[in-house]
Amino acid sequence: MLRAALSLLALPLAGAAEEPTQKPESPGEPPPGLELFRWQWHEVEAPYLVALWILVASLAKIVFHLSRKVTSLVPESCLLILLGLVLGGIVLAVAKKAEYQLEPGTFFLFLLPPIVLDSGYFMPSRLFFDNLGAILTYAVVGTLWNAFTTGAALWGLQQAGLVAPRVQAGLLDFLLFGSLISAVDPVAVLAVFEEVHVNETLFIIVFGESLLNDAVTVVLYKVCNSFVEMGSANVQATDYLKGVASLFVVSLGGAAVGLVFAFLLALTTRFTKRVRIIEPLLVFLLAYAAYLTAEMASLSAILAVTMCGLGCKKYVEANISHKSRTTVKYTMKTLASCAETVIFMLLGISAVDSSKWAWDSGLVLGTLIFILFFRALGVVLQTWVLNQFRLVPLDKIDQVVMSYGGLRGAVAFALVILLDRTKVPAKDYFVATTIVVVFFTVIVQGLTIKPLVKWLKVKRSEHHKPTLNQELHEHTFDHILAAVEDVVGHHGYHYWRDRWEQFDKKYLSQLLMRRSAYRIRDQIWDVYYRLNIRDAISFVDQGGHVLSSTGLTLPSMPSRNSVAETSVTNLLRESGSGACLDLQVIDTVRSGRDREDAVMHHLLCGGLYKPRRRYKASCSRHFISEDAQERQDKEVFQQNMKRRLESFKSTKHNIYFTKSKPRPRKTGRRKKDGVANAEATNGKHRGLGFQDTAAVILTVESEEEEEESDSSETEKEDDEGIIFVARATNEVLQEGKVSGSLEVCPSPRIIPPSPTCAEKELPWKSGQGDLAVYVSSETTKIVPVDMQTGWNQSISSLESLASPPCNQAPILTCLPPHPRGTEEPQVPLHLPSDPRSSFAFPPSLAKAGRSRSESSADLPQQQELQPLMGHKDHTHLSPGTATSHWCIQFNRGSRL
Amino acid sequence: MGAAHSASEEVRELEGKTGFSSDQIEQLHRRFKQLSGDQPTIRKENFNNVPDLELNPIRSKIVRAFFDNRNLRKGPSGLADEINFEDFLTIMSYFRPIDTTMDEEQVELSRKEKLRFLFHMYDSDSDGRITLEEYRNVVEELLSGNPHIEKESARSIADGAMMEAASVCMGQMEPDQVYEGITFEDFLKIWQGIDIETKMHVRFLNMEAMALCH
Repeated sequence: MLRAALSLLALPLAGAAEEPTQKPESPGEPPPGLELFRWQWHEVEAPYLVALWILVASLAKIVFHLSRKVTSLVPESCLLILLGLVLGGIVLAVAKKAEYQLEPGTFFLFLLPPIVLDSGYFMPSRLFFDNLGAILTYAVVGTLWNAFTTGAALWGLQQAGLVAPRVQAGLLDFLLFGSLISAVDPVAVLAVFEEVHVNETLFIIVFGESLLNDAVTVVLYKVCNSFVEMGSANVQATDYLKGVASLFVVSLGGAAVGLVFAFLLALTTRFTKRVRIIEPLLVFLLAYAAYLTAEMASLSAILAVTMCGLGCKKYVEANISHKSRTTVKYTMKTLASCAETVIFMLLGISAVDSSKWAWDSGLVLGTLIFILFFRALGVVLQTWVLNQFRLVPLDKIDQVVMSYGGLRGAVAFALVILLDRTKVPAKDYFVATTIVVVFFTVIVQGLTIKPLVKWLKVKRSEHHKPTLNQELHEHTFDHILAAVEDVVGHHGYHYWRDRWEQFDKKYLSQLLMRRSAYRIRDQIWDVYYRLNIRDAISFVDQGGHVLSSTGLTLPSMPSRNSVAETSVTNLLRESGSGACLDLQVIDTVRSGRDREDAVMHHLLCGGLYKPRRRYKASCSRHFISEDAQERQDKEVFQQNMKRRLESFKSTKHNIYFTKSKPRPRKTGRRKKDGVANAEATNGKHRGLGFQDTAAVILTVESEEEEEESDSSETEKEDDEGIIFVARATNEVLQEGKVSGSLEVCPSPRIIPPSPTCAEKELPWKSGQGDLAVYVSSETTKIVPVDMQTGWNQSISSLESLASPPCNQAPILTCLPPHPRGTEEPQVPLHLPSDPRSSFAFPPSLAKAGRSRSESSADLPQQQELQPLMGHKDHTHLSPGTATSHWCIQFNRGSRL
Repeated sequence: MGAAHSASEEVRELEGKTGFSSDQIEQLHRRFKQLSGDQPTIRKENFNNVPDLELNPIRSKIVRAFFDNRNLRKGPSGLADEINFEDFLTIMSYFRPIDTTMDEEQVELSRKEKLRFLFHMYDSDSDGRITLEEYRNVVEELLSGNPHIEKESARSIADGAMMEAASVCMGQMEPDQVYEGITFEDFLKIWQGIDIETKMHVRFLNMEAMALCH
C-alpha cells in the first residue's frame, strides 16, 4: 500500500508526454462491454501528481508550523529542503531510481513567475527607488564581479592542480559556471530574509539586488554558454562587444516589456467597472504575459515581471474594487508561497539523484570558499564606493549581513541543469557543486543568519503601524526637501521625484485611473481611510456588540425569516408621484401615543436588524451579489458603530477615556469624536461634529457602491430593509439623528438612527437642526461628483418625504380608515389605533414577533405593502395587481 | 568670487557656525546671490523667482520658514523681513546630512533640530503648540495639490491626526481634560522610533551642475 502510494508519487510530475504510450489496455483486445468501473489513472496522472505534490508540501508546512520553536530557529526553506531530501531518499529506495527532478522548464515557466510577481507587486516602491542606486550597483557590478572572480579563481585552482584532472574544463567553462553560481537568488533571499526582519533598507538592498541581477545572470550565462559552444578559438572581438551590448538589450528590454504590460494592465482595469469578477484574473494574466513575452524574446523575464508589478500597482489598486484587491493579494501570496514551497522541496529531491552528478572535493570546496570570499570582498569594495555618495552610509554590520545574505538557490540549479553535457563535459561536477553551494547557503547560512543578526545587533525593522501623523509629516518632509532643493538650485533626487509625481498626477493617473478613483486618490487620504476602517473593525472585534445598551427588555426577537423586500420609506420615496403623504395634516396633532411610538421606533431601530431573506434570489457567475450573511455582518457593524458614536455624543464634551478600552489606538479614535464635540460646544474652534466624520467615511466607498449598483437594480434592492417610520417627541429627539443614507449601505459606514417623520417634519422640531446638518450641503460636498446625483436623489426623496408635494396631500388625508383598521388587529405592539397617525410600522415583523410562527414568504411581503397599498387600492388599483405594479413603479422611480 | 570668497576669515567663521565646508559655502553663496539678485539680503519676493517652487503645495509655509526668527535662532517669535547670507546658511544647515563622525549625542541633537524646524513650520503662531486649527491649516495646504479633495476631508484628516497625537502623548485622560495642542515634547514622542535620518537630508554636493540650469 505504502509502496504503491510512493510509486505514484515517484512518477514524473511533468511526464505528461509519456502518457499516451502507457495505455493500460493493449489495443489488440476487443473492446469490452460497458464497464461499471474504470480506472483511469493515466488520464489524470499529471495534474493529479501536481496537486499531490503541492498538497504534500502544504501539509509539511502545516506540520512545521505546529511547533513554534522549530520555525523560529530554522527557516522554512531549510526544513523544506530537508523534507525534499527525505522524500527523495524514500522515492529512490522504493523506485530504485530518482524519478523526479526540478525541471528547468517547469521552474522557469511555472514556479518562478508567481514568486517574482508577488515580490514585484508588493515591493515597497518608495523604498526601492530611494535605494535604486545601491541596488543597481550591487546587482550589476556585484554580479559581474562575482562571476568573473569566481570563475577565474576556479580556473586558477585548476591550473594549480587542486582540482582533479578528470574535471575537464577550460577558462570559459569556469566563467560559465561562475556566472550561474554568482547570482544571488530572489527565492532564497526572500525566504530567509522575511523571517529575519532586518531593517528595511538592508532588506531592500539585498532583495532588490537579487531581483535585478537576473538580467546580468541571464546575459552572462547566455554569452558564456554560446562562447563555450562556439569554442574559445572561434570567439571574435565583436562577440565580446555583442556580449556587452546584449547586457543592455536584455535588461532594458526586459524592463521595457514589463512597463508596457504594466501600462496595458492599468489601462484594462480602468474599464472593468461592469465585470469586476475578472479583475484579479487580468492582473495575473497580463503579468504572466509579460513574463512569457520577455522569455520569448530572451530578455530578462524576471525584470519584466518585477517592473510590471511595480509599475502597475498604483493604478490597478485604484481601479479595481476592494474585493478584487483582496483577491489579488491573497491569490498572489498563495501562489508564491506554493511555488516557493515546491521549489525548495524539489531542490531537496533533485539532490538525491546521484546519477546526475559527480563529486570533486577540490572544486566543491574551492567554489564554496570563493563565492563567500568574493561576495564579501565585492560588497566591501562597492559599499566603500557607494558610501561616498550615500547620505546614509552603510556601516560595517550592514556589509556583513549583505555579504552573508548572498544566498544561492533554485535559479542557479535550474541553469546548471540546462547545460549541455556534450558542450560542457564537466557538467556533472558543476551540478554537484551547485547543489552543494545551494544547500550550504540555504541551510547553513539560512540557519545562522538569524543568530548572526542578533549577535551583531543589526538594526531591526520596527513594526509600527502606519500612523496618520507619520504620513502627514513624511509628506511635509518630501515637500520641504523638494523646496529646499529648488531653492538651492540642486536638481537632486527629491527634485526628480517631485517632477515625476507632478507628471504622474497630470497625465499618467488621468489616463490610467478611473475618473472617480483618480479624484479621491491621495496617499494621506488612503492612510486616513485605512486607519478608520481598522479602528472600526477592531472595535467590533473587541465585542462592541452589546445589544442591551438601551436597558430595556425587548420582547424576544421576532423570527427573522419574514421577507421585506422593499422598505416602507423606499416605497414612499420611489413612487413619489403616486404616493400620498401629507403627513403635515396629521402631524400637528401630538399625542402620548406618538411619544410612545417614537420611543419604540428608536428602540427597535437601534436594537433590531433588518430582516433577512431566506433564499437568494439570484445566483450569477459574473456578479457577486452580497450574500445575506455578509450584509448582516455589515449591518451588525453599522449598528455597533452607530451605538458607539451615540455614546460619544452623550458623553461630556471633552476628551476622555473609558477604562474599558484596552487599546490606546482605538481610544484615540474614540476621543476624536469627543474632541470634535468639545470644540463644537466650547466654541473655540469650528464645529466638527460627528456628522463630518460620518459623512467622510461615507464618501469613500460610495463611489464603488454606486458603480455596482448602477449595474443591477436588483442588488440595490437587496440592500434595503425595513426602515421604521414613526413620529417622535422631544425626549426621543435628543438622540435623534437623521440619516440620509438609510437605504443603500453595503459599506461599513455609520448610520445614525433614522429619524421619525415627526422629527424631520414637525415645525417645533426644526430647532433641533439635526436633519439640516446631516443632509446638508456639507455632506454632499465631499461626495464624488459621480455619486452626487444619486446622493441628491436620495436626499431629495428624503426631503419629499418630509414635505411632500401639495398635490399629493389630499390622498393621504382622505385615507380611509378601514384598510388600516383591518391591519391593526394583527399589530400587537404599540401601534397606534389612531388612524390619523401615519405610523407605518411593518406589521409583518410585529406579527412575527408575537406569533413567532413561520410566515410564508409571500405573505409578509403583502403585509408589508398593505399600509400603503391600502389607500392605493382605493385610488387607482385593483388589489390583485397591486404588488406587481408597485414593483414596476419602484424600478422606474429609481431610474429617474 | 563674492565677498565671502575673498574674506576667507568670514568663510571660516561660517564653516564653524553651520558646519558646511568652504566649497559648499561658496556654492551656496553663488546661489544666494542668484536668488537675491546680487543684493546682500533676500526678501520673500525673491523666492517667487524660483520657478520649481511654484508647484509646491506648502510653498508659502516653506518660504515663511526661511524668515522665521525661531529657525534663525534670533528670537522666540516673529518673522524677519529679510535674511542675509548667514541666515540663509543657518536655514540650510537644518538639512545637512548627519556626519559619520558624529557621536550618539550629536546625532540626537541634530535630529531634534531638524524636528524643531518642522515643528516651527506647523506652529505658525509661535506659542509652542500646534493647535488643531494650525494642524488643519497644514493638512489643507498639503492636500491642496489635489483639487478633488475637499476641505472637509482635509479637516477630518487633521482631526484624526490630532486625536492620534493626543492618544500617543497623553495616554489616559480625565473626562474633563482638554488636549490643547501638540507641544514640542509631544512632537518628539510622535516621532519616536521613526527614522528621519533618511528623510530630512539634502545633498549639497555637486551643485554646480544645476546652478547652471538657472
